[in-house]
Amino acid sequence: MLTSESLKRIDREIAKYPAEQKQSAVMAALAIAQEEQGWLSSAAIEFVAGYLGMAPIAAYEVASFYNMYDLKPVGKYKVSVCTNLPCMLTGGVDAGEYLKTKLGIGYNETTPDGLITLKEGECMGACGDAPVMIVNNRRMCSWMNPEQIDKLLAELK
Amino acid sequence: MAILGAINPMLSVGLDGDNAWRLADYVKRGGYVALRRILEQKLPQEYVINEVKKSVLRGRGGAGFPTGLKWSFMPRSFPGDKYVVCNSDEGEPGTFKDRDILRYNPHSVIEGMAIAAFAMGAVRGYNYIHGEVWEIYERFEEAIDEARAAGFLGADILGSGFNFDLFGHHGYGAYICGEETALLESIEGKKGQPRFKPPFPASFGLYGRPTTINNTETFASVPYIINLGGEHYLEAGKANNGGTKLFSVSGHVNRPGNYEIPLGTPFATLLEMAGGIRGGRKLKGCIPGGSSAPVVPAAAMMDCTMDYDSIAKAGSMLGSGAVIVMDETTCMVKALERLSFFYYEESCGQCTPCREGTSWLYKVVHRIEHGQGRPDDLDLLASVTGNIMGRTICALGDAASMPVQSFIKHYRDEFAYHIEQKKCLVPVDVQRAGSGFFTATV
Repeated sequence: MLTSESLKRIDREIAKYPAEQKQSAVMAALAIAQEEQGWLSSAAIEFVAGYLGMAPIAAYEVASFYNMYDLKPVGKYKVSVCTNLPCMLTGGVDAGEYLKTKLGIGYNETTPDGLITLKEGECMGACGDAPVMIVNNRRMCSWMNPEQIDKLLAELK
Repeated sequence: MAILGAINPMLSVGLDGDNAWRLADYVKRGGYVALRRILEQKLPQEYVINEVKKSVLRGRGGAGFPTGLKWSFMPRSFPGDKYVVCNSDEGEPGTFKDRDILRYNPHSVIEGMAIAAFAMGAVRGYNYIHGEVWEIYERFEEAIDEARAAGFLGADILGSGFNFDLFGHHGYGAYICGEETALLESIEGKKGQPRFKPPFPASFGLYGRPTTINNTETFASVPYIINLGGEHYLEAGKANNGGTKLFSVSGHVNRPGNYEIPLGTPFATLLEMAGGIRGGRKLKGCIPGGSSAPVVPAAAMMDCTMDYDSIAKAGSMLGSGAVIVMDETTCMVKALERLSFFYYEESCGQCTPCREGTSWLYKVVHRIEHGQGRPDDLDLLASVTGNIMGRTICALGDAASMPVQSFIKHYRDEFAYHIEQKKCLVPVDVQRAGSGFFTATV
């Protein structure tokens, strides 16, 4: 189900917790599975649960509770735009609208070529860099004015 | 540059350069001296806790609870494993100081946690890091490896016989995990739903063991307290508000960013350090302690000093030190609508008053903003907040209610105008110009 490299990463996470607390590694394991497969299928969640010796429903509860897990396929790039108040004051909402127009899609939609999924995100903890957005849960993009957004879109191929 | 400005700083001293976060740099600027002194001179646990008590360090995560007192609640001699946990799940809108501490000064957190573990007899620690700041999580893991290799973490630290190991744990997008018992549930590999208290974490925490949870900045301040002495640390701030604090300034200012200033510094000074209001416009209001703190109108805010007591006197909370500045181009109804949406999204769904109430708050503010408000909506909002507050397991319900109550209290005319005229008091094009999205240069 997962590559040996992913399993090695999961094993490193498991080692952080007391031997009888393998379940503590579930958040990291699900993130690693999602990173490898692009999203979390039921099969992937069940696999992670089995690997950690927990009930599948318990792993599913975690996957469905935290909003950076994707339980449906997303585009090659997931762009999450923060529109919370500090970002909104300095253009976060405008940045989201600009992206919608440029990509021809709304929030929670994917471009027809499967390249980009647009999401409205909650506070990312970088309000001093507003407006901010995150690509694929990993890359924080700061001070996203129209010029910066154009540059980012040109890069995402 | 890590921190944009400072007055008599501690935490942000010497953070220039790309390698400031590295162990070698931290040691060069006096890092791990406090831990070494405690272990080599075999100072008693009580000494450490007393210094922290004398410093009047108050929790930097939002509640402002005295740290030394919290540490004294831990049953130090209780047999078996005990834990210290760092709360770096920084998701309170407006707050971005812990991100910079971990980005530029991660070893101060590691040293602070090791000292805390020593003082409370803990053997293991976790730092729970906000999932959205992934690079910070990876950097912290690297800093832990450096500390372990140098003998500051692990078994028999500096030959003293004291054992303490530390690990990073990342979140994955849930504001509620900033609540300390939700955070513990999350480390245990569960949904982040807060626990009913009592029992408090000091008696029943992580894996049911005694646990103390502190904010990143709180732990990071500990080495400075031990080095300076508790009394000198207190003097760096003002009475009952020890030390310096990082303030995250966001919104309509020319230089948004983090500033380290002594507690008790006038708000006007901080605003000036942040470059003042954009475009020379006027301050309309300010949320001084993160989105959950009540909004304070301009005139009252300009009279405040930045410390727990002064902000409380103005009817708000210093909280996490997240200062959200709003100028006269801000529609207060729209601002509140966005905050209410946030709490509605992030309610964990465990308690009915919060789960249902935050949904109502958002729906009613939304309809006012969109020209469908009803004459009795402001009373309805007051009634809903009254039915949420004090009736939930954790503070999220209160956090959702306080912005609603304070925005309506201070800007009632603007809400009434919206309901009667079915439009914003501040014209939409003025609001858009205020955001500067199409005009600002980086």
